[in-house]
Amino acid sequence: MSISELFSIAIMQGFNGLSTFCVLLLMALGLAIIFGQMGVINMAHGEFLTVGAYTTYVLSEVSQRWAPWLVGSYFLLSLVVSFVIAAALGLLVEHTMIRHLYRRPLDSLLATWGLSLILQQVFRSTFGAREVSAHLPEWLMGSLKPTETIDIPINGLVVMGLTGLLTSAVFLGLFKTRWGIRVRATTQNRAMSGAAGINTRRIDRLSFGLGCGLAGIAGAAFTTIGSTGPTSGSLYIVDTFLTVVFGGTESLIGTIASAFSIAQAQATTEFFLTGSMAKVLTLMAVILILMVRPEGLFTLKVRR
Amino acid sequence: MSMTIEPQTTKAARLLAFSRLRKLELSRDQLGFAITALLLLVVFPLSLSGFRLGMVSKYLTYAFPAIALVVCWGKGGILSLGQGVFFGLGGYCMAMFLKLEASDPQSTSIQSTPGIPDFMDWNQLTELPLFWVPFNSLPFTLFAVVAVPGLLALGISLAMFKRRVGGVYFAIITQAIASVLTILIIGQQGYTGGVNGITDLKTLGGWDIRTDSAKLILYYANASLLLGTVLFATWILRSKLGRLLAAMREKEERVRFTGYDVASLKVFVFVFAAVVSAIGGAMFTLVVGFMSPSFVGIVPSIEMVIAAAVGGRHSLLGAIYGSLLVNYGKTFFSESFPELWLFLLGGLFILVVMAFPNGLAGLDIKRYLDKTRLEKLGAKLKALDPATVAPATMAPGAASPVPPRGGVQQ
Repeated sequence: MSISELFSIAIMQGFNGLSTFCVLLLMALGLAIIFGQMGVINMAHGEFLTVGAYTTYVLSEVSQRWAPWLVGSYFLLSLVVSFVIAAALGLLVEHTMIRHLYRRPLDSLLATWGLSLILQQVFRSTFGAREVSAHLPEWLMGSLKPTETIDIPINGLVVMGLTGLLTSAVFLGLFKTRWGIRVRATTQNRAMSGAAGINTRRIDRLSFGLGCGLAGIAGAAFTTIGSTGPTSGSLYIVDTFLTVVFGGTESLIGTIASAFSIAQAQATTEFFLTGSMAKVLTLMAVILILMVRPEGLFTLKVRR
Repeated sequence: MSMTIEPQTTKAARLLAFSRLRKLELSRDQLGFAITALLLLVVFPLSLSGFRLGMVSKYLTYAFPAIALVVCWGKGGILSLGQGVFFGLGGYCMAMFLKLEASDPQSTSIQSTPGIPDFMDWNQLTELPLFWVPFNSLPFTLFAVVAVPGLLALGISLAMFKRRVGGVYFAIITQAIASVLTILIIGQQGYTGGVNGITDLKTLGGWDIRTDSAKLILYYANASLLLGTVLFATWILRSKLGRLLAAMREKEERVRFTGYDVASLKVFVFVFAAVVSAIGGAMFTLVVGFMSPSFVGIVPSIEMVIAAAVGGRHSLLGAIYGSLLVNYGKTFFSESFPELWLFLLGGLFILVVMAFPNGLAGLDIKRYLDKTRLEKLGAKLKALDPATVAPATMAPGAASPVPPRGGVQQ
């Protein structure tokens, strides 16, 4: 094996890691807002991703059958629709369940687990147990070939771009808008924020809806790199929670860094070992690091 | 929690009422235990067919982790989403011994390497792995059933609780450990039997565990062990340690400031829960005759939590009934209406959290009756008490020579 071939393998393996990183980060962004900022455990977060993925699938089928003029651009539309549907579902869940459980995080964990089981069965009854894939528009297919041996798929690049865009949007939202100030204030000191006239209940509701909506967009992006099944989202839920905890629950930069390191660690070990052992080693390393440093990689300096 | 100044006589009446309540609670627990023991040891074996009794026997092994969760989560406030890890490790230790006994050189003579478990032969192993060797001995196996999960739990809980990590974080980490162990077992097929698990278990020290009489004996052993565990856990919870646990669940900081080592308490209760679950796992292997990773991972672990929650997270006996009910429901629905089962299970989760946080035990009618009786008693005492009839006529200081203390807290 020549040096240049090794180099290409390294690049492509790194790119694989980046794809995992994007899915993890997109999931974790929503979760970081809900869990990190509000302290609510949403075990059904993966199902909101699945909602987005199925929405994209339905839109792709609809555009195939009835709206051929939409085939090229349905994906952009589906990003918006997925967000709206997932966020609306999130608001509904918040109103009926979560708001009664804000003071009981362990109970919210169990209740949302129940919700995730119900949603999975709804998906299975509606779309069948088999995995489905959305029809990719042509501009998403194919790959870039910078050299003879390097092969970079375009859909991966698009997902990456989307991830970058969403992450910056969340950053701007949290640090440059009134909403962001209120969210951060509520995170740091709920009672004080309430005293300062911030409607903390409304902030909670909005944040939860937004987090779920982000998971919906993640689902739409997910359809371009994999097929969707009833349990697609729940496969990622443990990894995502670990990502958020590992990064330090109140720090977005931490979330990004931890998603990156977990994904790259997994992709690198995958090259040397089998897939399952790579996952075991990565998760074990994360758990061990968390035992030594339970506050995660990055922490917010807050007086409590 | 307001500070009230109360005259001595009312205080005495309250103390009396309180001790009455304790006595009623005690008699209620004894009655519940007697009924459960009667049900498990007499009614079930007499009324159920061998097949049904085998199912009950299996469900009862799930009651061990449920009891463990009542102690650790209901009483101590530590939610473990990885109870399947300990259940599974206990079960695997037992299964390894049974498998080695079933793979003697005669019965495995068609293998390319006779004398090792069949799945190892299929995976081109030519020698028994080193960590399997001690499991040739029954005493070591019995020790390992308790020690392996116990030590793992000790390691995890020492690392976490000494750093004051708890609550939600702990739950997520235990869940991740459950996920890791499942992937590991499935991935290392040659050493663990992979996704099929360890199957074809035949004898325990030469005693065939598959005959009808052996199944009946195992049922009794299982049920007695379970009842013994309940008694032991009751004894722990009644002791000072049990009170400390409850106090820790309610106000951890206060217990710490009082001078107790909260971390050690938590470590103890978590290890205890792990060992109880592991005993259940070992019994499961004996009763069912195999062990597989589908009893280790995230989903079985959380089903153990729901069994405890349905039975009532504060009730040890409730855990038994919860396990019987949830697992019977699972068998019934997944056979007859597989579509409905997940809806039902999911609905059960939401319902038990939002509407019935005390589960089946919360529906206890006798307790309700006791409470009304107690209230009547209290009212009667109050009516007789001259201090409450005319409290305004007495100066607060004159009524009690000792300085007034805080009222009895509810």
